[in-house]
Amino acid sequence: MGPINPNPASPLVLLIASIFTHNIALVYILGMCPFIVISRNFKTAVGMGISVIFVVTLTAIINWPIYWCILVPAKAEIISFLVFIVVIAATVQLLEMLIEKFFPPLQASFGIFLPLITVNCIVLAVCLFMVLRNYNFIQTVFYSFGTSVGWALAIIIMAAIKEKLLLTGDVPSGLRGAGITMIIAGLLAFAFMGFAGIITLQ
Amino acid sequence: MPKKRLKRSFKQTKWFKVLTAGLWQDHPTFCMVLGICSMLAITNRIDNAVAMGIGVTFCTAFSSLFVSLFRNAIPGRVRMLAYMVIISTFVICLDRFLKAYFPPISEAMGPYVGLIITNCILMGRAEAFAIKNSPWLSFLDGVGCGLGYSFMLVLMAIVREPLGFGTLLGYKIMPSAWINWVVMTIAPGAFFLLGVYMWIFRTIAKKTET
Repeated sequence: MGPINPNPASPLVLLIASIFTHNIALVYILGMCPFIVISRNFKTAVGMGISVIFVVTLTAIINWPIYWCILVPAKAEIISFLVFIVVIAATVQLLEMLIEKFFPPLQASFGIFLPLITVNCIVLAVCLFMVLRNYNFIQTVFYSFGTSVGWALAIIIMAAIKEKLLLTGDVPSGLRGAGITMIIAGLLAFAFMGFAGIITLQ
Repeated sequence: MPKKRLKRSFKQTKWFKVLTAGLWQDHPTFCMVLGICSMLAITNRIDNAVAMGIGVTFCTAFSSLFVSLFRNAIPGRVRMLAYMVIISTFVICLDRFLKAYFPPISEAMGPYVGLIITNCILMGRAEAFAIKNSPWLSFLDGVGCGLGYSFMLVLMAIVREPLGFGTLLGYKIMPSAWINWVVMTIAPGAFFLLGVYMWIFRTIAKKTET
């Protein structure tokens, strides 16, 4: 089971590329809503980043066999969006219940982020890219892990900059909040373009 | 003066207020900072921006309508899942429609059509408005928000396309000595432009954050 024309990229290259040169937040501009809203505080940003890494990797691992072993043989690719999003929502709900039941200390630090992750674009985006680019299972695991680490990295850097800015900055009143976040994100995106030479991915 | 009074009463009807709230007062991008992802990624060409705007308006309007129709049947605990199913149904319709009738646009937008599902505007309107209001008003609210969003998409594209490619809707408008600002076609240009737009809008509307 798997794609007919597999992607030739090596898993390790995918991992590095998805963290740095093809960062999902700063190059593909996905996952922006939490990126803007949750990056006010460094600690919350770290919590959100770790939850996203966990959920994205898990849902990609679940969705790959569902797409290639069930939907493709059944010629039901048309409903793939619906299936992916339901699987994501169900996984998040299940994780929330499990954490509440078995790891109450974790509930306090990560539980509040889980419902928000359902509507985070990058969870669905990883599933769509995995289908679009014909990744095999190993590539999917590395790609989804790398992508979510890249997103977590971006939001943590952003939160750190914003916390510093709050102490020293003198931002015009109209630009405060979302406006200055966009400007910082633009500068960060420039900085990440500096990685472009280290790896080439077609 | 009967004509004037008629006009005022028209402007004060509830459905007119609901429709226009999304266009200015509760504009989805500026006031609620929702749906940024597809906005930044898709607006480097005007035709993509228009297609995306129409698509989002269609999906918001009909998903709000159907959420509102089923609002008494949806149990509170699983309502998120119910919204997701309703929204993704309409996004699948849109995706198939674009693939069948506008293949080049579908190609250019790639996975961003599917990502309308996780566009926060749809979920936000369902949760904030449609679940509590009658179907007709929810439909209008969806149309208003969708149009406000499309307006913003076009506003972004109208700056990015001439500066980045030197063209407008595919026609060359810049003088031949013009050197394309490649930065406007990729992510950093989009971030800067939206930041500047937010600054202008919030200063005019006097909606500032502390």
